[in-house]
Amino acid sequence: MKLSREDVLHISTLCRMSMSNAELERFQEQISNILENFEILKEVDTTNVPPTAYPPPLENVIREDKVAPCLPQSDILANAPHQEEGYFRVKAVLD
Amino acid sequence: MNYETVIGLEVHSHLLTESKMFCSCSADYINAAPNTHVCPVCLGMPGVLPVINQQALEYTVMTALALNCTIPEYTKFDRKNYPYPDLMKGYQISQYDTPISIDGGMDIEVEGQQKRIAITRVHLEEDTAKLLHRHTPEGESYTLMDVNRSGVPLMEIVSEPDLRSPEEARQYLIKLRAILQFLGVSTGNMEDGSFRCDANISIRPLGRTDYAAKVEVKNMNSFRAVYRALEYEEKRQKEVLEAGGTIVQETRGWIEERGVTVSQRSKEYAHDYRYFPEPDLPPMAFSRTWVEELGAKLPELPDARRSRFTQQYGLPVYDASLLTTSKAMADYFEDCIGLTEGPNLEKRTKAVSNWLLGDFTRLLHSTVTDISDCKVTSKHLMEMLDLIEKGTLSGAAAKTVLEDMFSDGKRASEIIAEKGLTQISDEQKIVQVIDEVIAANEQAVADLKKGKERAKTFLVGQVMRLTKGRANASLVNELLKEKLEG
Repeated sequence: MKLSREDVLHISTLCRMSMSNAELERFQEQISNILENFEILKEVDTTNVPPTAYPPPLENVIREDKVAPCLPQSDILANAPHQEEGYFRVKAVLD
Repeated sequence: MNYETVIGLEVHSHLLTESKMFCSCSADYINAAPNTHVCPVCLGMPGVLPVINQQALEYTVMTALALNCTIPEYTKFDRKNYPYPDLMKGYQISQYDTPISIDGGMDIEVEGQQKRIAITRVHLEEDTAKLLHRHTPEGESYTLMDVNRSGVPLMEIVSEPDLRSPEEARQYLIKLRAILQFLGVSTGNMEDGSFRCDANISIRPLGRTDYAAKVEVKNMNSFRAVYRALEYEEKRQKEVLEAGGTIVQETRGWIEERGVTVSQRSKEYAHDYRYFPEPDLPPMAFSRTWVEELGAKLPELPDARRSRFTQQYGLPVYDASLLTTSKAMADYFEDCIGLTEGPNLEKRTKAVSNWLLGDFTRLLHSTVTDISDCKVTSKHLMEMLDLIEKGTLSGAAAKTVLEDMFSDGKRASEIIAEKGLTQISDEQKIVQVIDEVIAANEQAVADLKKGKERAKTFLVGQVMRLTKGRANASLVNELLKEKLEG
């Protein structure tokens, strides 16, 4: 499967990553290559194999509804480049 | 041309768990200082592992069963990729193709008829952080973020596009909220965002069965807002079509103050969520025994309680329906009845219902009070009704007494003593007042003698006014009749 230049542009928009023309071309090539490898995997006959979203043999890993202490506000905000009155301060988000 | 409105609703409700969906931080965020209910998991730090909250699963399955849904044996969580900062991880853990439940339905009442609204699915996800929009003194805007709400369990209930009017949408929400409250899984509070509703609405020429382009309406935080927004959107779409335009599929936000919806174009790419199975959470398999046990534990739901109210207490369906729209009201009613003894039970039952649905509800609304915070206890209300029954308090004066009970929590007997509101049943005193009224209203007296019934109502009203509502109304009627007609 060959990705178009528009496909790669769309992916870069979704990832919020801007790309130069050279990068667009390089990623078009590389991502297409990955998809082509999946095409090869699809040749395996999986008729009797159920869909598997989660390969390890685990299910129903749950916890009791109990509250445990949280981290102090100062720790939570410690890595924030900008903070104000106990809040994280970020660029304006349009709703 | 005649059009038909087609509406489907998406409701998001917080669940009343102690802790968050995937970590042990407290889910009780509403009055907490910002960023104090946060840990590495709900902050989205790298390398952390979420673990599913069992209580949230139970509440969701209970809701699904109450909404007559099927619970598949296998369910899993998925990642919904999402680029906004209110989800620090860059994705929301939600459910895509294998929700906890599917294919249910709930009955609503439309013009006295039961109508089944199909439920597409009930699934579980996590809420996002709260954003506050601010401006610098220079007018530059920025955003403040509180992560406390991030990771709070959020249940999503999606209906099929079976609703045909804003009123049906309102009925659906009232019923759904009552069910969640009766189950004890949600506060159902819309004002604080614990119970939210997005609506999809389109209109089509009457008789068509295919669906036209739909508009998603957001930002409605009361039942009234949902009703008004849908009514506005219904009208707007009709006007666009009649002017020869076409409806664009888009998201519109309801602006309460202006009473309009406006286009929100900023999320046009947002529909490409690139869902994939959540690799940090193993899937779930619900045993049939567990699901059956939960089903057997379901409490009495609004429909069942309504029919019990009509059968057990002999209430009209209308009263029973209104009393069971909120669990708190239904409980309050039964608390009152539990305090009543004796042969007058049926009469008292109807009186309690009348007071609760009348003045009591009016006072709750006008003072924006929750029943749980109301200063009038069921015991105090029953004392007031006892005083009316005994003839100490007139029905008219009781309205004033109830207002005072509401505002300062005093008992009816105290207020009556303080304000001298004891009912006047002394015939001599009433006759004195009647004589005054007759002397001052010759015209009305003449009208009454000519047979004008309205003049009588007027004269009785004057007597009540002069006695500040304290006169025994049936005695006033009787004595006035004797005086003028006798």
